[in-house]
Amino acid sequence: MNETPVIAVRDLTKTYAVGEIEVRALRGISLEIPRGQFVALTGPSGSGKSTFMHLAGCLDRPTSGMYVLNGRDVSRLSKRDLSLVRNHEIGFVFQGFNLLPRTSAIENVELPMLYGKPVPAKERRRRAAEALEQVGLGSRLDHHPNQLSGGQQQRVAIARALVNKPSLLLADEPTGNLDSRTSIEVMGIFQRLNAEQGLTIVLVTHEPDIAEYASRIVGFRDGRVRLDRPVQQRREAVDEIQRYDAEGDALSA
Amino acid sequence: MSPIITLSIAVTALRRNAMRTALTALGMIIGVAAVIVMVAIGHGAQSSIEERIRSAGTNVVTISAGSNAFGPVRQGFGNTTTLTPEDAQAIVREVPGIDYLSPGVNTRQQVVSETANWNTQVQGASADLPSIRAWSMEAGTFFTTQDVERAEKVAVLGGVARDELFGTGADPTGATIRIGSQPFRVIGVLARKGQAAMGPDQDDTVVVPYTTVQKKLLGITHIQSIILSTANGVPFQTVSQRVTTLLRARHKLAIDEPDDFSVRSLEEMASVLTSTTTTMTWLLASIAAVSLLVGGIGIMNIMLVSVTERTREIGLRLSVGARDIDVLLQFLVEAVVLSLAGGAIGVAMGFAASRAVSSIMGWTAVVTGDAVLMSFGFAAAVGVFFGFYPARKAAALDPIAALRYE
Repeated sequence: MNETPVIAVRDLTKTYAVGEIEVRALRGISLEIPRGQFVALTGPSGSGKSTFMHLAGCLDRPTSGMYVLNGRDVSRLSKRDLSLVRNHEIGFVFQGFNLLPRTSAIENVELPMLYGKPVPAKERRRRAAEALEQVGLGSRLDHHPNQLSGGQQQRVAIARALVNKPSLLLADEPTGNLDSRTSIEVMGIFQRLNAEQGLTIVLVTHEPDIAEYASRIVGFRDGRVRLDRPVQQRREAVDEIQRYDAEGDALSA
Repeated sequence: MSPIITLSIAVTALRRNAMRTALTALGMIIGVAAVIVMVAIGHGAQSSIEERIRSAGTNVVTISAGSNAFGPVRQGFGNTTTLTPEDAQAIVREVPGIDYLSPGVNTRQQVVSETANWNTQVQGASADLPSIRAWSMEAGTFFTTQDVERAEKVAVLGGVARDELFGTGADPTGATIRIGSQPFRVIGVLARKGQAAMGPDQDDTVVVPYTTVQKKLLGITHIQSIILSTANGVPFQTVSQRVTTLLRARHKLAIDEPDDFSVRSLEEMASVLTSTTTTMTWLLASIAAVSLLVGGIGIMNIMLVSVTERTREIGLRLSVGARDIDVLLQFLVEAVVLSLAGGAIGVAMGFAASRAVSSIMGWTAVVTGDAVLMSFGFAAAVGVFFGFYPARKAAALDPIAALRYE
């Protein structure tokens, strides 16, 4: 398909000034991510993968280079305009879930709709309920985060990321705080969203086996892309869960 | 973001920390209540002073004989002999708008009853005096114009003088007292009036016809003062001007000579007293306002803590598309809601406290609308002023750093 890629970056650099020292976090990244791809960004800490994700998520602006999101150059937008882009185009999932405490699941999911274009309260609730349904939490709309397991909390966070129907889902170590089985479940949700809705997903992880749920792996090192390959033997969450449970049974037997 | 959503986010955030919110609001509550009570007490004092002056009669004008400026030694008021009963009659005749008038000749005398003696003010007056001073009788009657014309030796006692000479609450009507060496028949007792707004106890007095004081006690033909009451709606300035012109002509004063009398009204005195209490009220209110200021600093303190605590929340809101202005407004509205809620409770507490002060201390405390509006407005201003810095701090956060904040 000859479609504009969701992410197209050319010669992207980012330099931070930490006191007197300049940290060159990105030293020229050129990358294209077409619509519907599920990409894992890997690399050791300090490799620049997180910095790249922040730029891709319009949380920050590049020092130089160009970033075209859905055919629109966003590398020089003002802070206000970047807020709008984040609101409309991008959904974030974080390692620490970042849910508002003492706030129900559905209210957490409604949050992105409070900003940007006004959405009537009824419509907000309907869309939030729908998004929670998608991640299998349709029965826990009014639960507060402290009444939910880690996996459930992360699913609320995914619903929140989806509720404004973004074109790009960015996940920063989404399984970092989860046990193995829950991690597989969350990856299963990502795979399903990617397959069924064609959602473009960019996942940052330092765990090689998590990266293998994606269809493409981009490896970062020292602020540059050192590896860019399709995943040969992709893990399928559905199979992995069965295998995991079987192993557990074998051990306990 | 719509104002309703902003407001509901603020209220939700405040309710989440109910205890902290209550304690922070307490600063505002105390501040606002203090301002309201102070202003109420001030207004109460003012209106009770006005009340007292009104009881003496606001439409009362006093003309005093002036100082003697002819010789090298200038004497005080009341020492010239130029003011006469004829002047008083001329005023009644020629100045319009006068209801009642009484010449005044006063002397301090030893007054003796059968059982006691007492040094008191003997006031010479006409039969109009009770009408001018709104003085009613406790017992007996006041003397008549006929008594004045004949210079009868009759006396009306003030409450204090009666107590001292005949015992508390006694009715001495018909008894005889001696003033100086002259016997006087007591014909009545004046109802108590209390301490004057300024000056001596008005009840420590013996009132007799002024003609009697002139002829029987002092042996003079002039008078010391004239007290008169004007008809309703007649301005003091007009009366004062006419009286001055008339008296200057009668006393044949040259243009460059000063007045040998002075004209004053209680109204004038009232305005001086009122402005004094107004100053006091403002003083009290501004002291109370300091506690409002301290309350505001408490709000700022808590908002700063809140911004730090909720750094990750701010990061999250920014990441889902909140603009910096949205974050700024969220925290600003929170501070304002906090201070206004405190202000509202403070108004209620101020009302209650004013009532308590009125009933326990016996002071009149009047809560006025402008005091309520003022302190409420001040509370809102304090919220905006002290909420702005924390809110700006929140809005200036870098989303990435905020999301990672531990």
